[in-house]
Amino acid sequence: MELIYAVTVGVMVTCSVFLMLRGHTFAVVIGLTLMSYAVNLFLFASGGLALHEPAILADGAEYSDPLPQALVLTAIVIGFAMTAFALILAIRARADLGNDQVDGRALPGDSLANKEPQGKVRQSTVKSTASNTAKNSGGKTR
Amino acid sequence: MHLPALPVLLPFFAAILILYPWFNKRLHLQRLVAQFALLMLVAVSMLTLFKTLAEGPMGYAMGDWEAPFGIYLLADPLAAFMLVVTSVLALCTHLFACGGEDKTGRFFHPLFMFQLMGLNGAFLTADAFNLFVFFEILLIASYSLLIHGGGRERTRAAQHYVLYNLIGSAFFLIALALLYRAFGTLNIPDMASRATTLPEESIPLAQAGGLLLMVVFGVKAALLPLHFWLPRTYSTTSVPVAALFAVMTKVGVYSLWRIHSVVFGHDSGELSDLGVVPLAWLSGLTVVAGAIGALASQTLRWLIANLIVISVGTLLMTVAMGTTQSVAAGLYYTLHSTLMSGAFFLVAGLILMQRGQAEDRFVRSRPFLYPVFTGVLFAVTAMAMIGLPPFSGFLGKVFILQAAVDSGDAIWVWPLVLISSLAALIALSRAGTTLFWRTQGSVVPEAKEKVSNVHIAASGLLVATTLVLVIGGGPLTEWSLRAAQDLHTGVTLNYLNGGQP
Repeated sequence: MELIYAVTVGVMVTCSVFLMLRGHTFAVVIGLTLMSYAVNLFLFASGGLALHEPAILADGAEYSDPLPQALVLTAIVIGFAMTAFALILAIRARADLGNDQVDGRALPGDSLANKEPQGKVRQSTVKSTASNTAKNSGGKTR
Repeated sequence: MHLPALPVLLPFFAAILILYPWFNKRLHLQRLVAQFALLMLVAVSMLTLFKTLAEGPMGYAMGDWEAPFGIYLLADPLAAFMLVVTSVLALCTHLFACGGEDKTGRFFHPLFMFQLMGLNGAFLTADAFNLFVFFEILLIASYSLLIHGGGRERTRAAQHYVLYNLIGSAFFLIALALLYRAFGTLNIPDMASRATTLPEESIPLAQAGGLLLMVVFGVKAALLPLHFWLPRTYSTTSVPVAALFAVMTKVGVYSLWRIHSVVFGHDSGELSDLGVVPLAWLSGLTVVAGAIGALASQTLRWLIANLIVISVGTLLMTVAMGTTQSVAAGLYYTLHSTLMSGAFFLVAGLILMQRGQAEDRFVRSRPFLYPVFTGVLFAVTAMAMIGLPPFSGFLGKVFILQAAVDSGDAIWVWPLVLISSLAALIALSRAGTTLFWRTQGSVVPEAKEKVSNVHIAASGLLVATTLVLVIGGGPLTEWSLRAAQDLHTGVTLNYLNGGQP
């Protein structure tokens, strides 16, 4: 069982590293998610793998360590929040920067990037935010 | 009694309160509540410091679960010092933000409070996994604070910062899993007491875990190959946020003290001095990289960010030296460099507002509205950062040099500290002459509206802390020596549970 477990974690980490080295933010975020799965499994294994054992201390019996399970639970929750934030940020960066590259610079021939030149994109976002704020403040004063 | 929990709970409840919808449209009330919470926080931190100095470290069992099963908060003088410096920095930067920067985006005040909660928790916790949790709290607050105000450059910097730190968090968890497997506990005092009696087969796991943890803290502290996120992040974000972030790198250094000097310290058997040699090399190279970056900077904020890299490198050198004196010197230098880096960002903010289009680039521009006041603040902070007498940087660097002589590391520490100071001197005098003397035309008309009294008061207050550090230099150095001794003797489990050490 240990071997299968270790190979699983290893394969997941390999895939996640491959994905995290991509240029597109979506692939990187998926890579991060995969990485956090692998890390959670790894953290779970730190208590030792045991089959058919009680989860908490029983008289004289072997037991599986409950602490790593609690740690994994916390790590999963935090991982969810962080992934959600990374996704939202990626979407915002796609809107702000006009492409979905991690460093914000579109590669030539990138089908996902905006076709317009950068300067135009910038102006349009500025305009739209300006009109939004104008709307908001207008509503307030009325 | 409940004193050690207050620095975490106070900002937490303040943040929850401000999040209520009733506060949404009442910005001035948000400001008032936050300022009040920050003032209380300063008072509580000071009280904690004096109490720990008088009566020794205080443990606090969350939910009254006994160590090592429950989570412990541990207020010792080192943690209390960090609390004081963080709360003073936060008070001034928040005051600065009340001058108008908090209006450029939503939820500035709650995020600021959550950031403080994470910082204070990271300083206080005595449990390695709890440290991870507080790291995540301070990180997620910092992600949102970083893009406060919006803009292309901020989004781009935030994307790097967020993705990079998420990978760092994954490494943190791997390190904790390894350490848990090796030690069977994540309570730091418990780990320290078990370090000498680890079974043979657990030693490699503990070493791997410890080194991975060093990498993670290196990411936070901006150690050389991991520091490239720092200049862009700090120089693009809004001014008060950058000033608050001055304490973020120190969290990494503090965690190295807290875990590596105690669990992997000088007398931990097989685990003694884990990773100290690479840390010494990398910290020295960090100083060099920071100095080169400072000399090549084109804007003031980029320059300050590189000065922060230098100060982090200097601090990590004290971690690598690993003696009680070096930790004490490092602690005094931490107080100084945190407050002064923060102050420098606020001064840069003042400069930014008065120069209009030129912002803080080193180019010819229109003259300042308040040339004398801004100039004095700039000169004082610059001299403190470089380490010229009579300001706090001089004392801090002298203590580090002395500690290096005592620990026999003078041969590599002295040249690095002195040459980096020279580089800072050159870079800052070039910056100052360009900013203040190469002027033409008339004062920027918007400057009068932009620079409010609040801005002036906040930056003046934070710059004045250098005088406090100098005048109180005697007791402060004694106390930091006490803090370092307390760190090295360590706190035992028995003590945490209310018994004798």
